[in-house]
Amino acid sequence: MKLGQQIISGFFNLYIDGFRNLSSSGKKLWIIILIKLFIMFVILKLFFFPDILKMKYDNDKERGEYVLDQLLKSPDNHD
Amino acid sequence: MFLINYLNHQITMTENIDLTLLDWSRAQFALTAIYHWLFVPLTLGLSFLVAIMETIYVRTGREEWRKITRFWMTLFGINFAIGVATGIILEFEFGTNWSNYSWFVGDIFGAPLAVEGIVAFFLESTFIAVMFFGWHKVSKKFHLFSTWLVAIGSNLSALWILVANGWMQNPVGMVFNPETARNEMISFWAVLFNQVSVDKFLHTLSSSYLLASMFVVGISSWFLIRKREGYMARRSILVAAVFGILASLMTAYTGDESARIISKVQPVKFAAMEALSEGKTNAGLVAFGVLKDSENKIGETKLKDFIIKIEFPGLLSILTAGDRDAFVPGIADLVKGNHQYKLISFEEKKSRGEMARKALMDYKSAVKSGDSQERDSLKGLFSTQSFQDNYFRYFGYSSVEKAEDVIPNISGTFYSFHLMVVLGFFFILLFSLALFYLFKGTLAQNRWFLWVCLLSIPLPYIASELGWIVAELGRQPWIIQDLMPVSKAVSNISSGSVIATFFIFAALFTTLLIAEVSIMVKQIKNGPKH
Repeated sequence: MKLGQQIISGFFNLYIDGFRNLSSSGKKLWIIILIKLFIMFVILKLFFFPDILKMKYDNDKERGEYVLDQLLKSPDNHD
Repeated sequence: MFLINYLNHQITMTENIDLTLLDWSRAQFALTAIYHWLFVPLTLGLSFLVAIMETIYVRTGREEWRKITRFWMTLFGINFAIGVATGIILEFEFGTNWSNYSWFVGDIFGAPLAVEGIVAFFLESTFIAVMFFGWHKVSKKFHLFSTWLVAIGSNLSALWILVANGWMQNPVGMVFNPETARNEMISFWAVLFNQVSVDKFLHTLSSSYLLASMFVVGISSWFLIRKREGYMARRSILVAAVFGILASLMTAYTGDESARIISKVQPVKFAAMEALSEGKTNAGLVAFGVLKDSENKIGETKLKDFIIKIEFPGLLSILTAGDRDAFVPGIADLVKGNHQYKLISFEEKKSRGEMARKALMDYKSAVKSGDSQERDSLKGLFSTQSFQDNYFRYFGYSSVEKAEDVIPNISGTFYSFHLMVVLGFFFILLFSLALFYLFKGTLAQNRWFLWVCLLSIPLPYIASELGWIVAELGRQPWIIQDLMPVSKAVSNISSGSVIATFFIFAALFTTLLIAEVSIMVKQIKNGPKH
């Protein structure tokens, strides 16, 4: 157990020391990464990319029925 | 609140799927996939080059190799950091813009991507910390072990998404469940060892190694042009050129194999790659050609002829079937059918697809009317191999109106394919010359060659993107070969939101690319000492 704890704390220390001693380019890089992840996961995912079928239908049965209807539409009928 | 209402309005399902929506959805996916792929191959290839360099350092104990390793590792880190998670956007798009498709593919995508999440991502994220922060904190050997695991982990990440893409080109190992309207995996191994996926994985990886080798050779050439870091530049070129030649040969071999597989599982794409309108025996392999519209038409679509071409007589027949007298079908044979060579026509495929559609409609009626016997009988029909092979595999044709609609963009596919192949041979020549001058000891004196290497850095990126364009453009109109056309896959949402997000992505990715290039250029100018 002690060995396990040592490995885990050593692993976290590696990260902490690594981030503390980042070069200026490294810091700039991390700022870019964090901004990118914020834009992607907070702005884009939340506001622009909902899961359409989950949003419109309550359960998998309804989702399956909707997709089945879409699949069965003839090519000249897009309604 | 206004914003949320506006967005809810934008994503409200509209009554009709119009061409604007379909085209913008395709353009959006193409844009994000192409941008995403600007980051990926360098990560895949450079991770292995760094691992090889560090292995040399650990084995020789020479401090110069540690410096070389750390320099390229920094550039790897910049590319990895900027590119990481850009692929997630494609998954966002599946759920929003391609919801019918996402549902239809069922667990075929889910299972491989789940394995990726657990195994590969764990390997990468755990050991990348050791790789970057662990110098002098862990033993040399453990550091090297971590570097190799990052390389293997990042390459394994590519495996699973390529398996999913391979399935879209050649759907195998599944059965369609009419109850859920989803495909269900019946053989994980059939999906994993799908011949398209295996070859795609090897071809993609080898081309990525080639790209990273060109990157290292090109930047090292810049140092030699500037008369800086001569030792590091020469040693880096040595490692990268050897790795690059092996990767280039592997790319050529797997590319040849890929074309052979495509000729069997996606013959229309293959015919478009060669702009082969009419099939023939003793078919020649076109090395160079310029296309023009043909008088030969299918419906309203004109096929292509050559204004000029240079070809190797009989080679296409030999490469595809090992026999000069083998018949290579053209687009007209594949669409109109050819009894002599047992090629069934579009009309026949459509008829079979419509029988599968009729069975599905009957199933739906049986469910609605509560006829459980009919329902179970039809459900069983969908799981029989003969129905799958003879009818359901053509299901997508029931959604295609005209024969000409199954013909991809011939010019785009042909030129993309041929330019990619020409570039592939150019890289073999370039790496060979780099080694020749290096061993002759005249590399630094041949400044023209150093400039060629430097200016060639973008070329593998272009070749790699062209490879994807051949794969995806050549598959049109299908999103899943023969099973689902893109028009059925797209979500019925407002085109306004798709257009808006297209430009958001264009801005976001362009910014990321500018950031990557500027940080990298700065780091390169600083050199290995910093």
